[in-house]
Amino acid sequence: MLRQLPLLLLVLLALPALAVIETYQFSDPTLEKRYRSLSEELRCPKCQNQNIADSNAPISQDLRKLLYEQLEVGASDDEIRQYMVARYGEFVRYRPSFSGVTVMLWMAPVVLLLLGLVIAVMTMRGRQQTPDGRDVLSEKEQLQLKAMIDKAESDK
Amino acid sequence: MPARLKLFLPLILFIVLALFLVRGLSLDPKELPSALIDKPFPEFSLPALGRADTLDKATVGGEVALFNVWATWCVSCRVEHPYLTELAKQGVAIYGINYKDDDAAALGWLTELGDPYIASIADREGTLGLDLGVYGAPETYLVDASGLVRYRHVGVVNERVWTTILRPIYNQLKSGEVN
Repeated sequence: MLRQLPLLLLVLLALPALAVIETYQFSDPTLEKRYRSLSEELRCPKCQNQNIADSNAPISQDLRKLLYEQLEVGASDDEIRQYMVARYGEFVRYRPSFSGVTVMLWMAPVVLLLLGLVIAVMTMRGRQQTPDGRDVLSEKEQLQLKAMIDKAESDK
Repeated sequence: MPARLKLFLPLILFIVLALFLVRGLSLDPKELPSALIDKPFPEFSLPALGRADTLDKATVGGEVALFNVWATWCVSCRVEHPYLTELAKQGVAIYGINYKDDDAAALGWLTELGDPYIASIADREGTLGLDLGVYGAPETYLVDASGLVRYRHVGVVNERVWTTILRPIYNQLKSGEVN
């Protein structure tokens, strides 16, 4: 057991490798923060379900380099997004802009939530409208029931 | 009656959902429309592969042409190469964009396999590729005489792609050029 201990420790020390290999030195820590958030928001055109921060496809490396360069020359977040969209289309944004095409995408959660609320309220109201003590039989029903039981008894 | 209609609600929901899903089956999520459709081909000034001169929008194009993004590291490019040669023989104007490649390797490829390109733009750093929105080779852009990008095909150009997709647009642009 003791002989295996160093090996065990090594296994425990092994950390998951991060996908992003290259590192950039930023002149300003705020730029680094913007780099992080933008690279997570921009989608890799080649690998579809990864952002450029996660992907090590060549195109993502290029886009990260570009992002770094643009941040360093002082481009605003919006300018960078526009630059990317002009080349790769709206597809590159994981947070698409609000437009005629994306209106359904943005509004769907709100509309569905409202719809759910309406259904919930209607269902609850419907329940309240049923008279209390419905399981208690009316006088007429009592009589009917008694007649049934009597009949069953006499048929025995 | 409304109570009975309610019974059909799950079925109706199912049918609507099924219709969307069936539609989704025939969609290829990898097929991205180019952001440059009907927009001018980006400006560039890059060396010509294996030549001393520099190419830009004034020296390249001016006619209906294909711009084919290729590289020696791209396996599918090797697959489409013979068909491009065939098209060039038929008189289709094809320009190459040698994307992020080594010049010597690219020239070797052209001597070995034949050169279907009127000229190849040596895009060593991939700057033109970036402006075009290239995300992998091979890609082929159909550009009209006035320099507008009319179609982008991602992947290998073969006979099926040419006859069903590219040729109709190409012919249409060609006939527009004559008028």
